[in-house]
Amino acid sequence: MSRAAHNSLADDLLRPVLHSSRAFYITAAILGTIVLCGLSTWFYQIYYGIGVTGDNWPVFWGFHETNFVFWIGISHAGTLISAILRIVNATWRRPVTRCAEVITAFALMIGAMFPLIHLGRPWLAWWLIPYPSERGLWPNYRSPLVWDFFAINTYLLSSLLFLALPAIPDMALIRDRTKGWRRTLYGKLSLGWQGTPKQWHRLESAMHLMALAIIPIAVSVHTIVSFDFSMAVVPMWHSTIFGPYFVAGAIFSGIAALNIVMAVIRKLLHLEKYLQPVHFQNLGKLMLAMSLLWGYFVFNERLVTWYGNTTHEMTALWSTQMGRYSPLFWTMVFCNFILPFPLLTIKRLRSITSTVVASCGVVVGMWIERFLIIVPSLSYKSMPYSWGSYMPRWPEIVILASSFAAMGLLYLLFSKFIPIISIWEMKVGEHPEIQIAAQVQEAEAAGELT
Amino acid sequence: MPHHWGMAVDLDRCTGCEACVVACHAENNIATVGDSEAARGRAMHWIRVERYWEGEFPEVKVKFRPVFCQQCDNAPCEPVCPTYASAHSEEGLNAQIYNRCIGTRYCANACTYNVRFFNFYPPAWEKPLHLQLNPDVSVREGGVMEKCTFCVQRINAAEVAAGMQKRTLMDGEIQPACVQSCTANALVFGDLNDPESAVSKLAESPRGTKLLEELGTKPKVTYLLKESWHESRGA
Repeated sequence: MSRAAHNSLADDLLRPVLHSSRAFYITAAILGTIVLCGLSTWFYQIYYGIGVTGDNWPVFWGFHETNFVFWIGISHAGTLISAILRIVNATWRRPVTRCAEVITAFALMIGAMFPLIHLGRPWLAWWLIPYPSERGLWPNYRSPLVWDFFAINTYLLSSLLFLALPAIPDMALIRDRTKGWRRTLYGKLSLGWQGTPKQWHRLESAMHLMALAIIPIAVSVHTIVSFDFSMAVVPMWHSTIFGPYFVAGAIFSGIAALNIVMAVIRKLLHLEKYLQPVHFQNLGKLMLAMSLLWGYFVFNERLVTWYGNTTHEMTALWSTQMGRYSPLFWTMVFCNFILPFPLLTIKRLRSITSTVVASCGVVVGMWIERFLIIVPSLSYKSMPYSWGSYMPRWPEIVILASSFAAMGLLYLLFSKFIPIISIWEMKVGEHPEIQIAAQVQEAEAAGELT
Repeated sequence: MPHHWGMAVDLDRCTGCEACVVACHAENNIATVGDSEAARGRAMHWIRVERYWEGEFPEVKVKFRPVFCQQCDNAPCEPVCPTYASAHSEEGLNAQIYNRCIGTRYCANACTYNVRFFNFYPPAWEKPLHLQLNPDVSVREGGVMEKCTFCVQRINAAEVAAGMQKRTLMDGEIQPACVQSCTANALVFGDLNDPESAVSKLAESPRGTKLLEELGTKPKVTYLLKESWHESRGA
């Protein structure tokens, strides 16, 4: 490929950063309004109390906690998938990795808001931070909520780092191609990147280390989120399968979110040349594998509970299979299994549109799955006298809607900040000899070839 | 040896009059949430009288079961609290420290007996109930969990008084509000570490059962019945 082709690639991918259309401003304004509605609803809830939600005795957790688990699940799209693809050196990953890593960063930020939103006294949330306080009291390290606090913060920090590191060469590119405030800003952000072999070498080893470290972190995060439930003696919660079940569901919903996001930015930012059907096909295969794994977990969970036939658990189980919550359960089975299966297996049906349709189903289905884990169990705890039910109220619905709008808005703004497809990784991908030359140079520098 | 407070409930004596519920509300400054909130399932009764029917109408037999915090020795509510608001006291009570509570509501979800109550809104009382608040009990803020304390303010006051007089507490000297108001003497409160106390003897009774004992929560409340649930089902 010639230098001109290189430049056109950089031009293509930098265009969204340097130029904004009217459609961008309109979309940003609409999304921003929804986010503002969500924020004001949250302040309304803080002012009047948790009573404005549908939470009650005995269902003390509802939509907010469902959103928490859902968004932390979505966050497994990025870093985990991108780390795995980097480690196995899947070359088709190049245009996908950053799209995915950005989802992780923002989904985590949104997900981590919900433990704050659901608190009765959110202004005291900082009591979870361990510091020598005037109260003479540490947080309770036996509480899964404290484990959550550490796990999510670790994951957030490492995934931000994982996103920022490979963005350095691209920020240096923007620095070199612009004037004025952008040059100053990106000059600072690119940390003096000159593209010397030594710098490339350091970046590569840092990314390799991060990719290795982030996989166990991601797995631990959703396992710990599952502990919020499985550690309590509540029917259908107290289960040993929850750790892997939650992680599988998280990756499943994460891939679905990634497919949707990729399809949207492909159209909005005119990236058809870079995000090709093959990417959707490969991610579709991954999603199909996760759908089967997820179905296997659900089958296991349900069969074992049914066969075990303990009175406490049977009530909660039947409420989802045949009872009050069964319409939701069977919708979930349709969305997560029956819908994606033919769309992703039958070759004639496979296309970008069908992958996106299947992905939308999975996102809806996985949200319902989180809801069905939390609410039916709390409705039917061990004492029949205190059985109850739950219906959401408008503040919860507005906050749920605004969490999706926040994802869209943050993503949109980010695409104006850093190219959403990694330019240097694309270049390396199109020029394998660059990589080899760089390796030779490195080896020479290390004195191995002399 | 520190005290280990426990209770016995004689189900054959309980008439279901709910005087205990009213007394508990008055003693512990429990908010009355109002009709619409109660209909949402947010009524706060630290003690409730559960009502069960046996048989078909008109041959119906009604049974009552007062349920309140079982003050578990292995309480599911305690380890899950991130701020130690739910903590075990030296005398075996599941203390709820309102000032530490940030309102995660995790304890209430973990509690198998559903005897924890959340202030969904700041507390309010129907007039003129707001004029009769007990000065010995703190009023809870909105967003805070609360629950039966075995009337810890009465326990503390009696312990202080006995300490001043340099004597040990007598059995039956402390009466939580529910026990005091029970006309049928169905509720007995006392020290389980004192083998001579009335409650210790009742706890050993062959008529005794404990709620959801099979979950390993080690509840400190014994329920007494002429025949155990097991026998009545087998017959």
